[in-house]
Amino acid sequence: MWPIIQIELFKIYKRPRTYIAFGAIAALILVIQMGLKIDGEAYAAFLMKDINDTLTVDGKVLNGYLICYILLQLLLVHVPLLVALIAADMLSGEANLGTLRLLFTTPYSRTQWVLAKFVAASIYTILLLIWLAFLALFVSMWVFGRDDLFLMKSNYVVLIQEQDVFWRYLGAFVFASFSLLTVAALGFLMSSLANNSIGPIVATISAIVFFTILSTLNIPLFNVVKPYLFTTHMNNWKEFFDIQVNESNDAITGSILNVAKIKNSMMVLTVHIGLFVGASVWIMKKKDILS
Amino acid sequence: MSVIKVQSLSKNFGALKAVDQLSFEVEAGQVYGFLGQNGSGKSTTIRMLLSLIHPSEGQIEIFGQSLTNNRSAILEQVGAVIERPDLYPYLTAQEHLTLFAKLRKQKISASKIEATLSQVGLLARANDKVQTYSLGMKQRLGIGIALLHDPALIILDEPTNGLDPQGIADIRQLIKSLSKDQGKTVLVSSHLLSEIEQIATHILIIHQGKKMAEGPTSSLLDPNKTIVQIKTLDDLDAKQKLMDSVYRSNILERSEGLYLSIPKLEIPALNTFLVASNIALLSLESKNSLEDYFLQLTSTY
Repeated sequence: MWPIIQIELFKIYKRPRTYIAFGAIAALILVIQMGLKIDGEAYAAFLMKDINDTLTVDGKVLNGYLICYILLQLLLVHVPLLVALIAADMLSGEANLGTLRLLFTTPYSRTQWVLAKFVAASIYTILLLIWLAFLALFVSMWVFGRDDLFLMKSNYVVLIQEQDVFWRYLGAFVFASFSLLTVAALGFLMSSLANNSIGPIVATISAIVFFTILSTLNIPLFNVVKPYLFTTHMNNWKEFFDIQVNESNDAITGSILNVAKIKNSMMVLTVHIGLFVGASVWIMKKKDILS
Repeated sequence: MSVIKVQSLSKNFGALKAVDQLSFEVEAGQVYGFLGQNGSGKSTTIRMLLSLIHPSEGQIEIFGQSLTNNRSAILEQVGAVIERPDLYPYLTAQEHLTLFAKLRKQKISASKIEATLSQVGLLARANDKVQTYSLGMKQRLGIGIALLHDPALIILDEPTNGLDPQGIADIRQLIKSLSKDQGKTVLVSSHLLSEIEQIATHILIIHQGKKMAEGPTSSLLDPNKTIVQIKTLDDLDAKQKLMDSVYRSNILERSEGLYLSIPKLEIPALNTFLVASNIALLSLESKNSLEDYFLQLTSTY
């Protein structure tokens, strides 16, 4: 199947649309980093205003690790939309062009083509995430330096020592790859149902918005389904930045507060990826190629 | 040896029977013309032969093997162009052929790719993106992709679509050469009946999903019968007079024009009748091509 994965990757590489997402992420991150570089101290002071009376923080609060956290909070909500641009077009875009006929009359089976396309879309998604990580983490570390990570949660603060942060970001990015692959798989499923490019992209984005609202609303009726919605779990990369404390309320280096929650979320997301891709294969195998 | 053997093939789209109990065989080395009006079921049949559409009923055997059970092995030996030449606008002709060369078990060399580009007349534009190509150039590239792996069976659905007269002549020559010089089996469909007539050794005429006629081109063209087109100053009056005459059963129903199907030897008598009936005759033209035969078969009398 490697030859057809190579072909799919080559097509992604040659498509102008591919670079929109990379450009958009670079533009957003660089603008935010520039803003924080110029006026970051005021922003940090604003963040700290409620605790300044009770807590004194030494060192550089606005360091590369905090900038990365801020960027991920902002961007990991929007990157799925960029992933949908490519993933939701993988099958329907070819149907629209008429090239699906060319592919499906080769000796490779439809299952192989659909899986190869998903693998290619997944590689694209992961490359996008690596690009995001490079700009958000490494460029921020280079521009803003490194120090302990100080996070303001809703009703508590977390202070993670500098040497205990980097691996958490690696974990967070691995987790985020599962979230984004779920979006890619959803886009893929939508793509298998349509013969035009725009419909599946809009449908994927709409589904993400719809399920995110369901996951966010605290209504008993929705609480029953929440644990099974992929949108409930997509943002759980933040769990890597909640740390256990000992009896003296000191942070335990190298610990995560709720590992089970991360594992559960990754499992739910994996099941969703499997279901979405499996359904796509089934639909494409049954489909008459009329376009 | 049958290269293609189709038995009782049907395809339903809801209540519509696009293909209805179609059976035919294509022998090795034949140029098999698949002839039918738009919507007659040609493309649906071809798509079923290429496993793009699942048949509702019936069997397809290619190279003596069931298409359902041996799809991959069969398609390794088939090259196809299906209707429009749909390609990737952001890739060049060279890139298209290089990509599709990877899909074959046999190694396809760079020189073979270059030879194919030359064969379809695209060598000079090989590195231009397809989005800059004319429809004819895209069609030729589509044919290039179909021929790249040297398939034993070539299926061409409306291959002359969008081509200029020179392009049509080139494709016609190419198809003839593939069969005659290389011994390939070619199944070609077209609504350009004159094209099929010139290249096909055998013809199948399909209408409303059903086989109307099949056989060698030479035997389908009955030299003793012809269709006569009559042009007059008043076609309605002429038709009425013909309806009241012995020619009533010879009149062919057409949305436009006045046509009669008669033996060639009766043309002088018809001419005499028209003059004697005071019909203001502008012309009387005998049509004797496959097109006439096709029209005759697919008409509602």
